[in-house]
Amino acid sequence: MKILVCIKQVPDMESRFKPAADGLWFNEADLAWRINEYDEYAVEQAVKLKEQLGNEPEITVLSIGPDRVVEVLKKALAMGADRAVHVQDSAPQQKGPWQIASIIANYARDKGFDLILTGMQSQDRGSAQVGVLVAEFLGFACATTLVGFSYVDGVIHAKRELEGGLKGLVDLRLPALVTCQLGLNIPRYPTLPNIMRAKKKEIETLSVTSLLTEEPLAITTQFYAPARKEGGLVLEGDLNEMAQQLVDILQEKTSVVR
Amino acid sequence: MKALLVCEYREGKLLDTSYELIALADKLGVDKAAVLIGSEEAVPKMDGTVYLADAAVCGEYNPAAHKAVILAAVAKENPDYLIFCHSSYGWDLAPRVAAALKAGQITEVVGIVDGGFEVGCCNAKMRRVVKPTSAKVVLTIQAGAFAAAPAQGAPRIEPIEVTVDGQGLTFTGYEPAEAKTIDLTRAEVIVSAGRGVGKKDNIPLIAALAKALGGELGASRPVVDAGWVEHSLQVGTTGQTVAPKLYVACGISGAIQHLAGMKKSDFVVAINKDKDAPIGEVADVLVVADVVQFAPILTAALQK
Repeated sequence: MKILVCIKQVPDMESRFKPAADGLWFNEADLAWRINEYDEYAVEQAVKLKEQLGNEPEITVLSIGPDRVVEVLKKALAMGADRAVHVQDSAPQQKGPWQIASIIANYARDKGFDLILTGMQSQDRGSAQVGVLVAEFLGFACATTLVGFSYVDGVIHAKRELEGGLKGLVDLRLPALVTCQLGLNIPRYPTLPNIMRAKKKEIETLSVTSLLTEEPLAITTQFYAPARKEGGLVLEGDLNEMAQQLVDILQEKTSVVR
Repeated sequence: MKALLVCEYREGKLLDTSYELIALADKLGVDKAAVLIGSEEAVPKMDGTVYLADAAVCGEYNPAAHKAVILAAVAKENPDYLIFCHSSYGWDLAPRVAAALKAGQITEVVGIVDGGFEVGCCNAKMRRVVKPTSAKVVLTIQAGAFAAAPAQGAPRIEPIEVTVDGQGLTFTGYEPAEAKTIDLTRAEVIVSAGRGVGKKDNIPLIAALAKALGGELGASRPVVDAGWVEHSLQVGTTGQTVAPKLYVACGISGAIQHLAGMKKSDFVVAINKDKDAPIGEVADVLVVADVVQFAPILTAALQK
């Protein structure tokens, strides 16, 4: 079995975001980068499946971006992926989901992947399109937002998270692509021996221009912080004073505190 | 200009969110038609044409069949916009339709602005305006972003039949939500714990504050995923949608899914270290503080 896991590097979401000079995305200065949380579940699920199948499957992990994305590829290798593909692109944020999906599909086509895993969305752009588009481009069966995954006798039994705690149960035949929701599994921490072992694994570098065939179908024209609630009050300073202020406000504005 | 609205149907019923699609179409000032894979009893009350395929034949979840139904309706209406709810149904289906039409998709729209559509990004901390460059445009809209249009009118129903093939995918059924030990939707006061409480050992501090306010403990998704509190206490689109008289968000940054589950609360207090956290968008009072330090002090002040 050949498995592909598509991962994205995103800024720590606790960061304070400031618009870049072009006003179309955030300024990357001073940001800490990490693996997109949803994609970490995808890597873990691939490694679990490899373990279940007696180590037979080969896991390739792919990321698109500048040199810094090699860090998330190394993390995935240390978690248990076998090899990595770095699609070198200095400005992936300027490409729409349609283009990103086409790059991945152009890479994956004719390579014989049986299963592709990725996150249901990225934490920074949140378009929730790339996984499904890749499946459509490749003609793979696809289910999104998995909170349950098992593989028995060549069939994936997936549990999709719906609204209000309801789940949808779906069986998928290979080749298939699934997108992972938070809480699907418990991603492992790479151990030191595995981090050392990962250093010997192959990271192939490809140029994005060799894989990009599509024009964008939508473009970003502005990027900014949302307005705070009108009339919303911000309290800062001494904790005791703020507590008393808040009690007074609750007594005045709500019927639940007297 | 014309919009095709993709209504949602689950367990034999039309979902009310379908009326939010009508609201967006009206806001865009375009003609509208709708498509429903459901049943005749569940057709939305609206003017115009509703293309109806039978869910008993197509299945409630069969993306290949649903895509085929929508494309058949597109062939008849030639719409400029295709509008879906940004839900487990919409985000799963919309890109498949967009791929077939080579249409640009704009995800989780929260507003219409000059020259494009406003969407959230960076975990709801920031916003973008996205402008389509394709002939047809697929939109998914954030739950609650557009107040539902009134259910009125009598549509002309036009049946659609398609050949059903799951293309490698079979829906086998639903797993019901876990039984709720506490019905948060009835609580007058909810005090919810988020990732900012730091660790499971700090949950009692938030529970004590909830008790001092005469309310119930709630939680955001990461806290539930981490196993700090049980799932039935989760507030948000994948947990319970609540509207208490007072909602206190403790160390909750305000992911879109959480905001959608609590923003109809009468009065919202947020306690957060990060002054820029998106919870500030819905907070009547934002207390900039570490909730682990502030919660016990507030509890004591309330008990005075």
